[in-house]
Amino acid sequence: MDMATATNGQTVIDLLRLYGDYAAAVDSAQWDKWVEFFVDDCEYKIQPRENFERGFPLSTLALLSKNMLKDRVYGIHETLYHDPYYQRHVVGMPVIREDKDGVIIAEANYAVFRTKLSGESTVFNVGRYLDKIRREDGKLKFVSRLCIYDTEMIPNSIIYPI
Amino acid sequence: MGQTPEVFKQPHVWETEGSSRIPFWAYTDEAIYKKELDRLFYKGHWSYIGLEAEVPNPGDFKRTVIGERSVVMTRDMDGAINVVENVCAHRGMQFCRERHGNKKELVCPYHQWNYSLKGDLQGVPFRRGVKQDGKVNGGMPKEFKTEDHGLNKLKVATRGGVVFASFDHEVEPFEDYLGPTILGYFDRLFNGRKLTILGYNRQRIPGNWKLMQENIKDPYHPGLLHTWFVTYGLWRADNKSELKMDEHFRHAAMISTRGTGGKKEEVTQGVTSFKENMEVLDKRLIDIVPEAWWNGPTALMMTIFPSVIFQQQVNSVSTRHIQPNGHGSFDFVWTHFGFEDDTPEMTQRRLIQANLFGPAGFVSADDGEVIELSQFGFEQKPSHRAVAELGGYECENTDHMVTETLIRGMYNYWRKVMEV
Ligand code: FES
Ligand SMILES: [Fe+2]
Repeated sequence: MDMATATNGQTVIDLLRLYGDYAAAVDSAQWDKWVEFFVDDCEYKIQPRENFERGFPLSTLALLSKNMLKDRVYGIHETLYHDPYYQRHVVGMPVIREDKDGVIIAEANYAVFRTKLSGESTVFNVGRYLDKIRREDGKLKFVSRLCIYDTEMIPNSIIYPI
Repeated sequence: MGQTPEVFKQPHVWETEGSSRIPFWAYTDEAIYKKELDRLFYKGHWSYIGLEAEVPNPGDFKRTVIGERSVVMTRDMDGAINVVENVCAHRGMQFCRERHGNKKELVCPYHQWNYSLKGDLQGVPFRRGVKQDGKVNGGMPKEFKTEDHGLNKLKVATRGGVVFASFDHEVEPFEDYLGPTILGYFDRLFNGRKLTILGYNRQRIPGNWKLMQENIKDPYHPGLLHTWFVTYGLWRADNKSELKMDEHFRHAAMISTRGTGGKKEEVTQGVTSFKENMEVLDKRLIDIVPEAWWNGPTALMMTIFPSVIFQQQVNSVSTRHIQPNGHGSFDFVWTHFGFEDDTPEMTQRRLIQANLFGPAGFVSADDGEVIELSQFGFEQKPSHRAVAELGGYECENTDHMVTETLIRGMYNYWRKVMEV
């Protein structure tokens, strides 16, 4: 039987809501809200597909706890000098790989567009999310979110979370 | 009142004495850029290729570039490292498209000319023609010798597990190229231990390639631009430090030992990036453990002209390869590594500290940004010039970092080789 059909309808709706809310938060610069999509003992990585597939552990960004996510938010607000930009996520329908013992394994394709002030909108980062999700206080939260990106050359830098 | 200066004045002349005032056209002129490729990347210099650990087994290969020319590093069946140009000797196809892999020979897909891993032509299909109706059609001329049609083989130097190559077989020996001072720092980092590859980061920075060399020859900015460095004392103007160059001033080392950080001092007065109350919540980001091979310095940044930067920033070590593609853009490829005797904890520490560096780094992301914006500044008025006069006009080694001496050094050398 297909895993997706084994998941009850409410879980699917909750998952779609999580993906939608996450994209809305990171596209509207609500970084403090971004942190709250994760459990305390979480993992968030932005990793080139090359490293992922060749088994190299290096990530472009590897945040290993909710506190580290908060450190990143502080960095975005206070320490990282950067040319301001908007980002816009388009996230595909999630595929649910597993839904067992309250833990969901899911993935979805994403494309992020970047728009700089006085500039055109360009494709910034393209890849897929590999997610591990669990229910906490009645809400679905990320235990881990890996952003595995195809984009071979990062257009200069990545400041905001994907 | 002086005249309003002409913005696109020609010809381009370096108008001032010395190398402390760098004309913007040095970063914007396409002809200058092509001349740089010829004189700095394709002749008389060694360029970074990679690490031996990237091709550990016979048959392993890695595709990379010198300047804009595609090359392939192979480990042949004898275990030796070769570097060949990625252009087929037949009709010029760039035959190798995979970036890494393992092959017994190099074959050009177009007409199947095949080469050994050393770059020697082994065979040519239909060399002796094709028999049809009792007659031999075509084939290569009798004089055709496979020995004359190998791939373009580069001169190769390996030291401490690092591979350099040059199109120029007359280039001086690699050790002389670095000179004794820089070689000493090179050997400190690559001291013979086997390296382990942790992975890559690739970014395209829309700025002239020299700006990246300058960025790592510029100890003026880290304590100002990089809040992270200042606040945690990783890099501050009052840290104990030295700046050293080779005798030609083309390579450099910035050597620094971490201070206590934290408290307000003269160097942080009025520095807006200094945040006294900043504290990382997850301490693993700055969980620094001194290593025996450091022999003191907590940071040692080496610029090897023209193609590479070797980084030691506390426990994070990497190579950063500069791959120019046009006067206003370069690809910047980071290879993070560790050492064979690293404990799992040390590997994890290097990986966590890698968060400070690379295209999304807490520290390095802003370097890419300021380079892009510098290029904007140059393009809008190429007749203007930059001022690199902190610490005076000379090119000299110093025992402090309140100086732009290394940038002056690089342009002193650049002017000589470029004859401008
Ligand atoms: S171009 Fe390579 S075999 Fe003909
Ligand atoms: Fe910097």
